[in-house]
Amino acid sequence: MTNARPLDLDALESTAERVLRAATSTAELAEAETAALGKRSELAGAHRTLGALDESERRRVGRELHELRERMESLAAALRLELQAKERSAALEADRLDLSEVVVADLRSPIVRGRTHPVTQSRDALEDVFVAMGFKVAEGPEAETDWYNFEALNMPPSHPARGMYDSFFLELGEPETIVLRTHTSPVQIRLMEAAVAAGTLPIHAVAPGRCFRRDTADASHLPVFHQVEGLVVDRKITFGDLAGTIEAFTTAYFGPEVHSRLRPSYFPFTEPSAEYDITCTICLGAGCRTCSNTGWLELGGCGMVDPAVFMACGIDPAEWSGFAFGFGIDRCAQMRHQIPDMRALVENDLRFLAQF
Amino acid sequence: MRVPLSWLRDFAPIDGDVDGLVASLDDLGLMVEGVERVGDGLGDIVVARVLEVAAIEGADRIRRVVVDAGGDPLEIVCGAFNFGQGDLVPLAPVGTVLPGGMEIGRRTMRGVTSNGMLCSGRELALSDDGAGLLVLSGVDGAGPGVPIVDALGIEPDVVFDITVEGNRPDAWCMAGIARDLAARLGVPFSLPEPGVTPAGPPVETLASAAVEAPEMCPRLTVRVLEAIDVGPSPPAIARRLTMAGMRPINNVVDASNYVMLELGQPTHPYDLDRLGAPGLLVRRARPGETLTTLDGVERTLGNPGRGLGETGEDCVICDAGGTVIGIGGIFGGASSEISSETTRVLLEAAYFEPMVIARTSKTLRLRTEASARFERGCDPFGIDRATERFCELLALSSPGTRVAQGTLDVRGALRDPIVLTLRTEAVNDLLGTALETEEIAGLLGPIGFRCTPEAPGVLAVDVPSNRPDVRPAPHGVADLAEEVARTYGYSRIARHQPTWAEPGGLTEAQRMRRRVREALVGLGATEVWTPSLVDAGEDARVGVTAAPIAIANPMAQDQGWLRRTQMAGLLRALGRNRDRRQGSVRLFEVGVVFGEPTPGRSTAERSGAGGAQGAYLPTERELASLLLAAEGDDARVAVAALDAIGAELRLAGLRVRPPEEGAALGGLHPTRSARILSGAVPVGVLGEIDPEVAEDFGIEGRLGWLELDLGILADRAVVPRRDERTRPISRFPSSDIDLALVVADPVPADEVADVLGAAGGELLESVTLFDVYRGPGLEPGRRSLAFRLRFCAPDRTLTDREVGALRAACVEAAQRQMGAVLR
Ligand SMILES: [Zn+2]
Repeated sequence: MTNARPLDLDALESTAERVLRAATSTAELAEAETAALGKRSELAGAHRTLGALDESERRRVGRELHELRERMESLAAALRLELQAKERSAALEADRLDLSEVVVADLRSPIVRGRTHPVTQSRDALEDVFVAMGFKVAEGPEAETDWYNFEALNMPPSHPARGMYDSFFLELGEPETIVLRTHTSPVQIRLMEAAVAAGTLPIHAVAPGRCFRRDTADASHLPVFHQVEGLVVDRKITFGDLAGTIEAFTTAYFGPEVHSRLRPSYFPFTEPSAEYDITCTICLGAGCRTCSNTGWLELGGCGMVDPAVFMACGIDPAEWSGFAFGFGIDRCAQMRHQIPDMRALVENDLRFLAQF
Repeated sequence: MRVPLSWLRDFAPIDGDVDGLVASLDDLGLMVEGVERVGDGLGDIVVARVLEVAAIEGADRIRRVVVDAGGDPLEIVCGAFNFGQGDLVPLAPVGTVLPGGMEIGRRTMRGVTSNGMLCSGRELALSDDGAGLLVLSGVDGAGPGVPIVDALGIEPDVVFDITVEGNRPDAWCMAGIARDLAARLGVPFSLPEPGVTPAGPPVETLASAAVEAPEMCPRLTVRVLEAIDVGPSPPAIARRLTMAGMRPINNVVDASNYVMLELGQPTHPYDLDRLGAPGLLVRRARPGETLTTLDGVERTLGNPGRGLGETGEDCVICDAGGTVIGIGGIFGGASSEISSETTRVLLEAAYFEPMVIARTSKTLRLRTEASARFERGCDPFGIDRATERFCELLALSSPGTRVAQGTLDVRGALRDPIVLTLRTEAVNDLLGTALETEEIAGLLGPIGFRCTPEAPGVLAVDVPSNRPDVRPAPHGVADLAEEVARTYGYSRIARHQPTWAEPGGLTEAQRMRRRVREALVGLGATEVWTPSLVDAGEDARVGVTAAPIAIANPMAQDQGWLRRTQMAGLLRALGRNRDRRQGSVRLFEVGVVFGEPTPGRSTAERSGAGGAQGAYLPTERELASLLLAAEGDDARVAVAALDAIGAELRLAGLRVRPPEEGAALGGLHPTRSARILSGAVPVGVLGEIDPEVAEDFGIEGRLGWLELDLGILADRAVVPRRDERTRPISRFPSSDIDLALVVADPVPADEVADVLGAAGGELLESVTLFDVYRGPGLEPGRRSLAFRLRFCAPDRTLTDREVGALRAACVEAAQRQMGAVLR
């Protein structure tokens, strides 16, 4: 090989290194490796020229070429790692998602949870409080007979106290004998009658449900509303027990800073009777406009079951005593969530309902 | 009831700050709804004499007035026209702050400077009259520059607006409030004894009294007063009536009203000379009898009303000749009204049976100050003091009055005096207190219950006649316990939370209802509350053909019927949200709908005296209804929703079946709807809302619908639950087999799946429908159902041969039982 030029290993190495280092991506690097180290590379070509050299020269140059190749291969490996890391971080950057600005509606199957109605939420929460206090939950019909809604509750026909309950009557049977219940108190009678018939006294029950009164809707009244009734019939139940029960439920439902007080009142079906107030949930008793600066908000009525009611149900008031209470669930929801106008509860605007 | 503090002080030395008095009244159950200070802030108001009144050019609503208020003449601009030169009127000088909070400044109007303001009674909070100035001409002691408080003898006063509970007729008067408050404050209470010297002839020579209906009117008294000068009441009387919210009329009517406010006993004065025959007769109204009452309205009496207990038994007051002149205890007639010509007054004071008054008041829809008191129960023995007080007041305002001697007094059966035996132990047992017997006596005595020790720990308690709310034994013990608790103070009774052995809890149905709600919420549905009371045609719009149950006395026509479905309400709720650009939503409601009365839900078993016989309550069904209106929602989503609820409740064997031939499901799409059955029992419906119905509600696009009857769903005997036991998961791989079976349209896919399931036996892990095909290659009326069957054995990997055999068995069963052909 007279025309064979002596191998310039330094030039060979700098060319290969330049080719490898020029790669800016793993894909380019793979190409560069082929170009610099592959079968058609100068390096491979140099290997093929070895045969023309004498043995000692061939061994020396061969070793140097092998070392050069190893150096180039480890350089390529290092470059690959570098480029892989760069590419991964670029890919992650490209995939960046700010989770505070996710457009849920764009999802193919959006994960949206609905809401129960605030009145349902209050009812459930109240039920849970009472269940934990040992009460069972009872229910009764929304349309009632005069007997259950009035007469058995110590309000015979023409009783003036009926004026407290402006009633809707149904066009069924004799006039005014079937009424949309004006309170949940008829459930008291049903519970007592059933317990007497089945011999299952005592009774410790609450009865939530829908009630109806001919009241014009305003910010704090709805003609269709929800109440929860409580009834305890047992031995040696006292007015102090009633006050203690009201207090326990009040703090359990509204929180430890809210308390209750009882004021004398009148209901035909309880004696003694009381109205109960709770600490104003707005000002916590300091006085504000909502509570007319009294620090108290009226919540419901209660009292010891009147002997006349016991007797109407066939219960001996000498043996049993008991108390009953009732209050508005909607009103609880209104107080707890500070809803300015109760009519929002029946408007069914999702912008409102979504807040609960 | 509006209660001036000064009036209370007639009976007891009540002192203390207003806030403290309000707290005491509230604590006694005499709820103070408001407090008004009157006569306050009048210190700067003076009397002024009008010197000159002149028009202002270009103004016809105001005039220029020059007044003398004790100094230099003042020029005032005034918008009132009820006075003239020489009149005395109140002047608020510049700088005065009126009781309403308005400050008087110097103003110039139309070039005239006003140096103060001439005031109406309303502006000074002295009366309701705001139409013109409070003209003071003729008032003794009124003169230019005199402070108005001196001229009118006004002392600042406080008026409490008190709500008296229905069981406290005794407290519905000034004396009653004072009695309770004095007892609470520990100050003496006394009722001054009124006294007049009768100077007239014996009353029986002037009038007669007779009662034909003593069961309605157990006591009637009549007094006669002669030589009466009818005119305005003295200012002190008029002012008290005004503060108490009553309009002064004349001294006779005012005296009657004053006595009612003070003592709680309504009385009625008649012009004796305008009676057809002198005297009164009380009897039942004859059917159809009419009377024109003082308000000028003709009332028909003696006819049964439409409502419960409205028997038409009305009590009327007649003159001695039997001509009706008033409705007993409720309203007087116009014919015998007191007028300025009246000189002789017959005063009726009676005790009416409360239920009679309540009944007539309800039937006639007529409620008056008198009827409200009588129906709660007046004091039959408080009459004498009341009529005596009336005579005393009239003698003051009409000094020449001659009171006839004696009282005509007709008595029937009045409630016997009640003496209750009160055991201290019984009171403490009911209240949870540890009161001593003497303490109880000390609480009851000052409010009128005389207590006599009967034995250790036992009191004999005399119930006063003004406490009709306190019943005979045994109920009366509870009534007295309330009085003890009330006067002791509810807040002083120790609280104690009772406990008992029985656990609390929800019923299975109540727990199920909560889980249904949770499942619906999990499906992205929001709960709404739509009206129970709807318009007559509302339900018909969603295909409910049965007539709704009507409300006899609705508040509004569109709230006059009981709903039979929740569909209309939910569609309306959707429409409203769509209007507010809340379009893609799912809504649900859980609540009662009403249906025909069902025999068995009777009122008759315990209907009570006034109850109906043979009437039945309407049926009530509690439904959970879901309206699917999110993007892409349709009948299929409703099926998926049913599956989700079914899974949540572990329901087994629910079937979705097309409507029966010719029986479309109300409001639902005729060809995209189905019944939900458990066996043969309908549990609900599902599908899509009929496009015509949706259009009627102005809603576009497909809407899915699912409706479940929760009452039926809760009954495990009707809707069975899946086995609760688990089966172990196999560690070995499973094998899937796909079968496309061609079956006739009427064969339900779920039945085919059941047949495959049964044929696959224990090794069949699941059967899933994954494709349905109709079209070319299949006969009309048939479709191909593609099922994926997954087999797995607990203890080994199934061989191809085993799986092949199972597949063959499934295909064979489907062919044999369902007429299916392998495709
Ligand atoms: Zn407050």
